[in-house]
Amino acid sequence: MASLLQLENVTIRFGGLTAVSSVSATVQEGELVGLIGPNGAGKTTVFNMVTGVYQPTEGSIAFAGQPTAGLKPFEITERGIARTFQNIRLFPSLSVFDNVRVAFHLHLKHDSVHSLTRGPKFHREEIELRERTRELLAIFNLERVQDEPSKSLSYGDQRRLEIIRALATRPKLLLLDEPAAGMNPAEKLELMKLIQFIRDKFQLAILLVEHDMKVVMGICQRIHVLEYGRKIAEGTPAEIRANPAVIAAYLG
Amino acid sequence: MKLPKSQIFLLVALLVAGGFSAFSGRIDPYILDVTLGVGIAITLASSLNLINGFTGQFSLGHAGFMAVGAYSSAMLTTTLGPKLGASAGVLQWVLFPASLLLGGLVAALAGLAVGAPSLRLKGDYLAIVTLGFGEIIKVILQNVDAVGGARGLVGIPDYTNLFWTFGVAAVTVYVVWALLNSTYGRGFLAVADDEVAAEAMGLNTTRYKITAFVVGSFFAGVAGGLYAHLKGYLNPGGFDFNKSIEIVVMVILGGMGRHVGVIVAAVLLAVLNETLRSFGDYRMILYSLLLILLMLTRPQGLFTWTPRKKSAA
Repeated sequence: MASLLQLENVTIRFGGLTAVSSVSATVQEGELVGLIGPNGAGKTTVFNMVTGVYQPTEGSIAFAGQPTAGLKPFEITERGIARTFQNIRLFPSLSVFDNVRVAFHLHLKHDSVHSLTRGPKFHREEIELRERTRELLAIFNLERVQDEPSKSLSYGDQRRLEIIRALATRPKLLLLDEPAAGMNPAEKLELMKLIQFIRDKFQLAILLVEHDMKVVMGICQRIHVLEYGRKIAEGTPAEIRANPAVIAAYLG
Repeated sequence: MKLPKSQIFLLVALLVAGGFSAFSGRIDPYILDVTLGVGIAITLASSLNLINGFTGQFSLGHAGFMAVGAYSSAMLTTTLGPKLGASAGVLQWVLFPASLLLGGLVAALAGLAVGAPSLRLKGDYLAIVTLGFGEIIKVILQNVDAVGGARGLVGIPDYTNLFWTFGVAAVTVYVVWALLNSTYGRGFLAVADDEVAAEAMGLNTTRYKITAFVVGSFFAGVAGGLYAHLKGYLNPGGFDFNKSIEIVVMVILGGMGRHVGVIVAAVLLAVLNETLRSFGDYRMILYSLLLILLMLTRPQGLFTWTPRKKSAA
């Protein structure tokens, strides 16, 4: 079976600095994969290449069998990769509801012209989208705050809202960039459950960048380890824990 | 078929404008002139609000687009009008709206030409590009003899009346409102809030920005056409940096991205503009002082009493 996401010898240089060097990795459909490494190892850079923010200098990335080279971030999202950000990037002037609703935009059949004519088709679709937004918010118990401005939510809820917003684009692969950052142990436990719940409920693959070893070891099926832009190990949590190179670089 | 409320609003606004227009002969000419100026200001401010307020861009070239529309529209009525040999009524009700449309379309094209390459720029950089565009337009108009050059374009028929002015204003307000109040339209606000996140959510941010820019320029052009046929005389100097700033001030004063607030601010400033006319050159000083005071005390805008609708249709 072809991999959902395939990175082959991906390298990116910024001027003289090689941030990521010849990294190969795969994510299978429905798989929960972790990407770990010390600060500055290039984890977020990998994310930015997968989502089209950066173009790799060398090597290739393929999603669902199709190369993604040259695609803009929004085109990559159209193909089924959604992401969250390390530092939360919600739309602060929009309500919780609208933050999610705007992400449904991808699946709209109408556009600017229909917003102007506002015919029956437009209204039917808007009503349907609002219904779907509410359903999605209800799954995560956020419908009670749906009319609040998104910035008024607690930190944990903002993180969750960002994940919900990403889910609204109906991705096949969800990239989570340090979702546990800044959370307390109880919230982290909650988050682990949430991530597994999302994987099962929405039947998607998740690639997780995370610093917190307990989170990564607890839920990931497979883990890739980066150090100084190179991949130094890959395996199950148990294998990673026993890998001397990883222990030296990171765990030790 | 039951019309949505927003379209009923538009219809009523058009009817009221038409009704008043029928009696405009009884209105004091000075008051009428100021009122028409107010209507044009509403169109200008609302269209700029789409760009600067809702989509979060910073255009300083609105007067430039207005000038493009004003000259295009005036050229059509002054050159084609006399040749048609039609009655004044036909010219005012057929040729004039066609010329307004032309002015809007040419301005929209100019908006596309300026916007497409420069909307990659953000904030101050975009402001400088649009500022440059406005100045270029002014200088070109000053040097093209066919449109009167620095002497200005004279003999433009006075077709602008209450109906056209406030009809256009109502359509502008409706278009901006309708564009925004939809799932598609929430994208404009998302782009303004965070372009990177918007792009990651699958929004084509470039297209959103260009749409806002082109639609905004279109209505600036139409407003220019109204202005031309109100004053009967166009002077390139009238579309300078100050004019752009005036419109920007309306948007900021009304609260960036507020529909009603910006309309109120446009009315207020257009009237203030008239009443301050006796101060001559000191007018801009008063303007500047007003801006400074405003930014110090109410950076979110004067008229922000209506909370932004959360999920209106």
